[in-house]
Amino acid sequence: MAEGLDQVFVRLKQWLIGAVPGHWQPLVSALISVAAILAVFAGLFAITTVLERKGLGRIQNRYGPNRVGPWGILQPIADGLKTLTKEDVVPSGADRVVHFLAPLVLVVAAFLALSVLPLGRNMVAVDFDSGVLFFFAVGAATELAVFMAGWSSRNKYSLLGAMRAIAQMISYEVPLILSAVAVLMYVGSLSTVQIVEAQGGYSGWLPRWHVLTPWGFAGFVLFMIAAAAESNRSPFDLPEGESEIIAGYYIEYSGFKFALFFLGEYIGMFAVSGLAITLFLGGWQAPLPFLEVVPSSLWFFGKLLALIFVFIWVRGTLPRLRMDQLMNFAWKFMLPLALLNIGVTGVWRFMEPGWPRWLVCAALIVGPYVLLGRALAENQGLGRRTYKYGD
Amino acid sequence: MILFGITALVMLASSIAAVALRNLVHCALAVGLAFAGLAALYLQLGAQFAGFAQVLVYLGAVAILIVFAILLTGGSEPQREPLVSPGSWGGLVVALGVFIVLAAVILSSKSTAVPPGAPPPASVRQLGEELMTRYILPLEVLGLLLTAALIGAVIIAMREPEPD
Repeated sequence: MAEGLDQVFVRLKQWLIGAVPGHWQPLVSALISVAAILAVFAGLFAITTVLERKGLGRIQNRYGPNRVGPWGILQPIADGLKTLTKEDVVPSGADRVVHFLAPLVLVVAAFLALSVLPLGRNMVAVDFDSGVLFFFAVGAATELAVFMAGWSSRNKYSLLGAMRAIAQMISYEVPLILSAVAVLMYVGSLSTVQIVEAQGGYSGWLPRWHVLTPWGFAGFVLFMIAAAAESNRSPFDLPEGESEIIAGYYIEYSGFKFALFFLGEYIGMFAVSGLAITLFLGGWQAPLPFLEVVPSSLWFFGKLLALIFVFIWVRGTLPRLRMDQLMNFAWKFMLPLALLNIGVTGVWRFMEPGWPRWLVCAALIVGPYVLLGRALAENQGLGRRTYKYGD
Repeated sequence: MILFGITALVMLASSIAAVALRNLVHCALAVGLAFAGLAALYLQLGAQFAGFAQVLVYLGAVAILIVFAILLTGGSEPQREPLVSPGSWGGLVVALGVFIVLAAVILSSKSTAVPPGAPPPASVRQLGEELMTRYILPLEVLGLLLTAALIGAVIIAMREPEPD
């Protein structure tokens, strides 16, 4: 029964493929996978926009959207109609072709990244031998899309925003990939499916997820910080800083092109969260043995929603960084820790299982973390905060 | 075969565009498209790792580097000079000569005589094992070279102390 429920989507797809003649089957199979990914993640995008506005409203002590439908849950439909019916304004000085292509390239690259994520048991659109590399490769294409948007608008603010975005994406790509390298090294595979399968099973009552090891936890935290920067989310949303460069590289976009940028950013966030789940949180694996009754895809999307909630929470809580703080943080703090984490992973791999392994690896991470943080804070002249009138 | 035709057409068109367009940023974007086409070609040959690494390195880093260089040197305004200058005919002859020599060398070499069977697709694991055993020395030397280049770049970019 549980088995059937788990594989219901896979069975449905096989049944649909079986209904067409032989040589059409690969094409139909690809089409079904693509349609499923497009529908599910576009729907998730719609839900997330409401959740985000509601959540931010709650954090900021206001209601958030509550006019359209019960509790405002039909807000995305109203938003979609609004962006569709708006005039598409293109500045007269803009480079029309590149201006038109930029949002398309961004959205296509973002959706492509989703195709290698295992969304459930046997539920992956394409199982590449080097799936993780594919993920990062299409992520690199979004940088070019951001540049195209910023440059083609012929607007100094948008060009500044694009420059900021590219500098930030290139800088944070390094710790992002390096923290993923630790997992790839430990599992010994670049395939997303094999990485998830390597995290199956339980040691005692703990699942064998990578996040539940010292190096995995450090890698997960580094990965999520870099992921927030890669997807231009607060507190790393300098490229769109409203107060300085009035929304950055998509300032000259209106109507549905603006909505496409919005979609691309959220899809990028889902994709990178999905990769974090795949690498560190056990993919579609259930946390406890008796919970395996719940279908595996539900576990994946549950974890995805939890990570989205963390992103919204962080956005409502933290102020935006300054450009120099951003760069210092990436190169002086995250990069050394990510490199160290790779070394610690090697130590973990070759030590005997048991508590000494835990102790040594945890000490190897926490020690440098504290020392590096203290040294950098001293370098910046950051001491205890003093309040003029508050004390 | 159809797939190869499409890829080849896209690559040819974007390569010509990269040379012929009047706006340097458009040229850079066309180069990016040509890089992507090359990656697609690698994928069709079953070299998955090389294809993805091509996209990651060339599209994600080299194309961005070219674009930054164009913007920082102020070359993003379209140029007014004619596309074909008198000197370019000589260049064309030289290029043609080089192409003929290279084509002759490649056609007469033994590596093209390999029977066109389906080669076994190289998995990432095989690549990694080869890199760590047979090609370890070139890998280490390359790493050293890149580290030296990195340090050199940092030293050039470092602010010199104010002379008192």
